[in-house]
Amino acid sequence: MEENKVELVTVTIDGHQVEVEAGTTIMQAARKIGPEVAPPAMCYYKPLEGTGGKCRACLVKVAQGSTRDPRPMPKLIASCITQVQDGMVIENFTSPEVIEARKGVVEFLLINHPLDCPVCDQAGECHLQDFSFNHGVGTTRYEEERRTFEKEDLGDKIQLHMTRCILCYRCVKTADQITDKRVHGVMNRGDHAEISTYIEKAIDNDFSGNMIDVCPVGALTDKTYRFKNRVWFSKPYDAHRDCDKCCGKVHLWYRGEEVIRVTGRKNMWGEVEDFICNTCRFDKKESSDWTIEGPTKVSRHSVISANKYRADLISKPEFALKVAESQYKQINDDRPFLKELPEIKKSEDYQGLMKQNKDYFRK
Amino acid sequence: MAEITKILTEHIDKPGIETFKVYRENGGYNAVEKALKEMTSDAIVEEVKKAGVRGRGGAGFPMGMKWSFLAKPEGVPRYLVCNADESEPGTFKDHYLMKSIPHLLIEGMIVSSFALGANKGFIYVRGELMYVIRILENAIEEAKAAGFLGKNILGTGYDLELVVQPGGGAYICGEETALLESLEGKRGNPRNKPPFPAVKGLYQCPTVVNNVESIANTPWIVMNGGDKYASFGVGRSTGTKLISASGHINKPGVYEIPLGISVREFMESDEYCGGIRHGHQLKALVAGGSSVPILPAHLVYETAEGNERLMTYESLSDGGFASGTMLGSGGFIVMDETTCIVRNTWNFSRFYAHESCGQCSPCREGTGWMTKVLERIENGKGSMSDIDLLVDVAKKIEGNTICPLGDAAAWPVASAIRHFRDEFEWHITNPTEATKPGAIYRGEPILA
Ligand SMILES: Cc1cc2nc3c(=O)[nH]c(=O)nc-3n(C[C@H](O)[C@H](O)[C@H](O)COP(=O)(O)O)c2cc1C
Ligand code: SF4
Ligand code: SF4
Ligand code: FES
Repeated sequence: MEENKVELVTVTIDGHQVEVEAGTTIMQAARKIGPEVAPPAMCYYKPLEGTGGKCRACLVKVAQGSTRDPRPMPKLIASCITQVQDGMVIENFTSPEVIEARKGVVEFLLINHPLDCPVCDQAGECHLQDFSFNHGVGTTRYEEERRTFEKEDLGDKIQLHMTRCILCYRCVKTADQITDKRVHGVMNRGDHAEISTYIEKAIDNDFSGNMIDVCPVGALTDKTYRFKNRVWFSKPYDAHRDCDKCCGKVHLWYRGEEVIRVTGRKNMWGEVEDFICNTCRFDKKESSDWTIEGPTKVSRHSVISANKYRADLISKPEFALKVAESQYKQINDDRPFLKELPEIKKSEDYQGLMKQNKDYFRK
Repeated sequence: MAEITKILTEHIDKPGIETFKVYRENGGYNAVEKALKEMTSDAIVEEVKKAGVRGRGGAGFPMGMKWSFLAKPEGVPRYLVCNADESEPGTFKDHYLMKSIPHLLIEGMIVSSFALGANKGFIYVRGELMYVIRILENAIEEAKAAGFLGKNILGTGYDLELVVQPGGGAYICGEETALLESLEGKRGNPRNKPPFPAVKGLYQCPTVVNNVESIANTPWIVMNGGDKYASFGVGRSTGTKLISASGHINKPGVYEIPLGISVREFMESDEYCGGIRHGHQLKALVAGGSSVPILPAHLVYETAEGNERLMTYESLSDGGFASGTMLGSGGFIVMDETTCIVRNTWNFSRFYAHESCGQCSPCREGTGWMTKVLERIENGKGSMSDIDLLVDVAKKIEGNTICPLGDAAAWPVASAIRHFRDEFEWHITNPTEATKPGAIYRGEPILA
């Protein structure tokens, strides 16, 4: 082996073997194999440093520590922060102990949760919903009074619904790492711990809106989107613009032809890798502000994909027309834009767009 | 039993022992002279290893082993941090030691810092103990004036600065990594481990965290040798231990015992607890601070196998969780037959719910949940299924959390139900009677 070559180690997760670089976490190794074995994560967020270890959703059993020391580990461990060892054998969905512990974690996260999904903007893209659906049980054993908090406005764009918070600390890390000043944090302890700003300060920062994206639940919501729609009635499109503050790569969420929300682009694990600025998020809500790339790929299992991407609906001329119009503007505002459909259909841009759509559906 | 040697408290009652002068007259700081002038740091670590002292803060981890794990990368400072946060209900020995004989801790800090190659040490004192903080600061000034602290101590070229830090006012700040966070000026949230403090501790530098009592043992070990220390005690429980005795006994207080005396002797002899008050009957014992499993009377003096139960780490944990407990931090809480176990369990549970840092979901939500259910049972509003619910919730917290506070919250509840289930049932089936003022269940506890 060459000197500078990274060391590779082999781990087995739920019977699948994978080779990863030494120092990789169990979570990342599992994600490399695929979603079938990837443990759920409610607090870990790869793009943010120092996240993880808190929610305990990702607990796994180490059935064999390593080739050198094959003893199993006595306790379940958090896979998001534990590094793999060569020859490690992990049980995730195959361990009854893990399944039982996860049931417990779901239950713990839900006992003080308001379960107000019917009026929550996050419903449909909420990780707590997914987590409870996949790992929890359908009933509750909790008869006590739930802990509640008053709603709080963190400035004019973000609302904090503390009652829904699961204290994953993601928004705290976002403020630490993405914005230039953190003015909110966790106050108090135990089940009365809360996210809050110091003396009701407004969060006012170019990148603060990312806290909305990283929040796994509906605790931090976009006030410009509040109660506008259910996510599954809106259609996400990949779009970008030249932005001098951020990468400008976003999802535009359409209701009909209106952009009702702008968010960062999430990967298959629900993480935003390129954070966006507040101008892109809150102020650019016209199709014409954006270069549209095409419909966002949404997992077949997501409620967001329900009834959304039927080719017949997507290629409806009116909608395409609008999109084409915005594209025209992006390219050259001086170009003549004919309102006649047949002409537009002949245009290069329109054809290009249609081809993109077709390619998309062929995939 | 042979004449009992006191390692920590021999001079504690001498008038003026809190001053440098009197402490020095009684042989104080000789260990610093011996260590710095005659010994190498490795030799001290070796003696501490031989002594077999186990951490007195609760976990009982061998001190010498912890010291030898300390990473020693070039050019990176190392720290010694003394854990004086002592907030465990039922434990009050460190407080007593620090306020009565502060120089013992300072001397221990100097010797230990030298052994570890640390030039800066911190004493993190429970924030409520402001007067103790003043006593310690005063002691540090005195030691500095006498040349035992500061630059070039006793002309040996060794520098050491000691800082006393008032704690953040939370039990969780006693957990070693939360303590380090708090010491760094952050919120006292326990860290995920690994990395352990020995590799990345205070300000990401290698750090040893030890309890007050652990550190206070080191001057004696330096003076008398590790083998001599290890000659006290039984098996892997060497030396002496400070026990904070409280509850329904005739003589509550802090006692230094050689590890290995029997629980019966400690409870009944006039030298120690002096028996149960008012001639009452023993009902239950919490042997090592509120976090450890509670023992019913029939398992206090004898293990489940019928062996005599001793005041040692091993004997107290004999029988595991089914019929044993732990020595923990030595908080010896005695309960006689006038104690309501349900109420007591609720009380402990409330403490942990209040003190959970709230980082990890099982502990944050589970502790609050158990407290509410216990409160309901205590107030005559429980149902039979609540008992199994409590057991299940405790099981789902235990072992699944970031720090041991989760376990510490689960064990008292699980063990109380294991040994006193009938009392819980009685509260549920006889709510009217059970909620009368002063009502106590007098049935026989279930035999394990
Ligand atoms: C919730 C919690 C609270 C603790 N509080 C204390 C404390 O007040 N004092 C202490 O010495 N150790 C305390 N500990 C134990 C420390 O984490 C650590 O084990 C100890 O300070 C190490 O010192 P030792 O090896 O000398 O015992 C606590 C642990 C936990 C989990
Ligand atoms: S507000 Fe959202 S992101 Fe912040 S801690 Fe709560 S759940 Fe996590
Ligand atoms: S177990 Fe409790 S106290 Fe410890 S880190 Fe988790 S929430 Fe905090
Ligand atoms: S994702 Fe690992 S503990 Fe939260």
